[in-house]
Amino acid sequence: MSTSTPPPTYETLYARMQAIVARMETGELPLAEALALYEEGMTVTAACQRLLDEAELRVQELQPGNALRRIDAWEE
Amino acid sequence: MHILTVSQLNIYLREALDADEILQDLWVEGEVSNFVRAASGHCYFTLKEGEGQIKAACWRSYVARIPRMPSSGEAVLAHGRVAFYEAGGQIQLYVDMIRTAGVGLLHARFEELKARLDAEGLFDLSRKRPLPPLPRRIGVVTSSSGAALRDILNVLGRRYPLAEVIVSACQVQGERAAATVVEALYALYEQDIDVIIVARGGGSIEDLWTFNEEIVARAVFASPVPLISGVGHETDPTIIDYVADLRAPTPSAAAELVAPDLEELRSDFALLHDQLALALERQLERHRTALQELRRRLLQQAPTARLARDRQSLDELVRRAGAQLTHGLALRQAKLQGLRLQLAALNPQATLDRGYAIIRRATDGQVVTDPAQARAGEALEIAVKGGSFTARRTADLENDPQ
Repeated sequence: MSTSTPPPTYETLYARMQAIVARMETGELPLAEALALYEEGMTVTAACQRLLDEAELRVQELQPGNALRRIDAWEE
Repeated sequence: MHILTVSQLNIYLREALDADEILQDLWVEGEVSNFVRAASGHCYFTLKEGEGQIKAACWRSYVARIPRMPSSGEAVLAHGRVAFYEAGGQIQLYVDMIRTAGVGLLHARFEELKARLDAEGLFDLSRKRPLPPLPRRIGVVTSSSGAALRDILNVLGRRYPLAEVIVSACQVQGERAAATVVEALYALYEQDIDVIIVARGGGSIEDLWTFNEEIVARAVFASPVPLISGVGHETDPTIIDYVADLRAPTPSAAAELVAPDLEELRSDFALLHDQLALALERQLERHRTALQELRRRLLQQAPTARLARDRQSLDELVRRAGAQLTHGLALRQAKLQGLRLQLAALNPQATLDRGYAIIRRATDGQVVTDPAQARAGEALEIAVKGGSFTARRTADLENDPQ
């Protein structure tokens, strides 16, 4: 994965995982495809775990003229 | 010129007030707010009118005699005496009787607006939208310095740090508050957001009045995305609670309703992962079964299997031939036995056994079956069961042809 692509969202990962599971559960898959799907599922799971582990709430305040200003010190 | 200690001043004030006849027996007209009934049974509230207000207390013994105690927002006539409360350093009205003067002004305005907006359809349940399950960007309209914002951010930071929060600040009380809430809302509507929280910490009905204003209600109604209200600390609802898609009792509760819990997301994903592992196992099992079936068919076609099969059918043929043979033999034996019995039945000895006799001519051994075969005086041989003896035919007494 290149660093320039935006990191996938939890939603995207979850949706992909659902699709993988659905495909695995319904079709009679060639062995190679089943194994490839499983491997992708493992990768997606790891990515999701990383995403959840590293998540940090981003807070911005809406300024006059619709500009956004980042607020960092909101935690007490 | 006097120099007094605080205690001395307080005593002076108390005595000055106590000496005033008017203050010992009077009716005060005003609106009740911050009404509190203490665990002791005493009631405390503030009477307001315009810019003025005075603290009031009503002891338990009087409370018991008052038919209906007012609630915050109600306009009342309160009877009692005014005295100086030294410990609090303030003048208080000690109430012994209250006449409720109908629904207070604020409550009346509230009820009127609520009825009007309800009739207009602003509260229709059919309009309520479900909150997005996984909001990416959450808009928050509240005071940027209030505890409400801090509470919301703390909850979101703990439960759902995947989100991005866009704070659109407003004033939450004061003359201009309603207008700033409306501006803050419309500024958010320009943004790409999934859900909006409108929040304010708790307070009296006057403090929360901003959220009972018609312009605020209509601005909330105009929200293009689901909106949740979190105003006050579980007090009576405000107008925007009715307009919002969902009402939360506090700002923190609103944040909890808006954001899923990260731990739930984790377990959701873990569930999917388990499903995947199970599905893979099934796929592998299917392939394994197919492979075994192929192997079975292959072995069946192998030459050794064929030989075994052929040998088996040969054995079968031999077995069947043997059985056929045995069966035929038995059949024949049975037939022979039948013949033997039949033969025995025909043996003359059997006839003799039953008491009959056989008569032969002694001369030629011819069996006599007709009287004409033996002349008178002819020797006859008679065989019976026990043996044989000779006899002679006598002359016929009758029917003798000679």
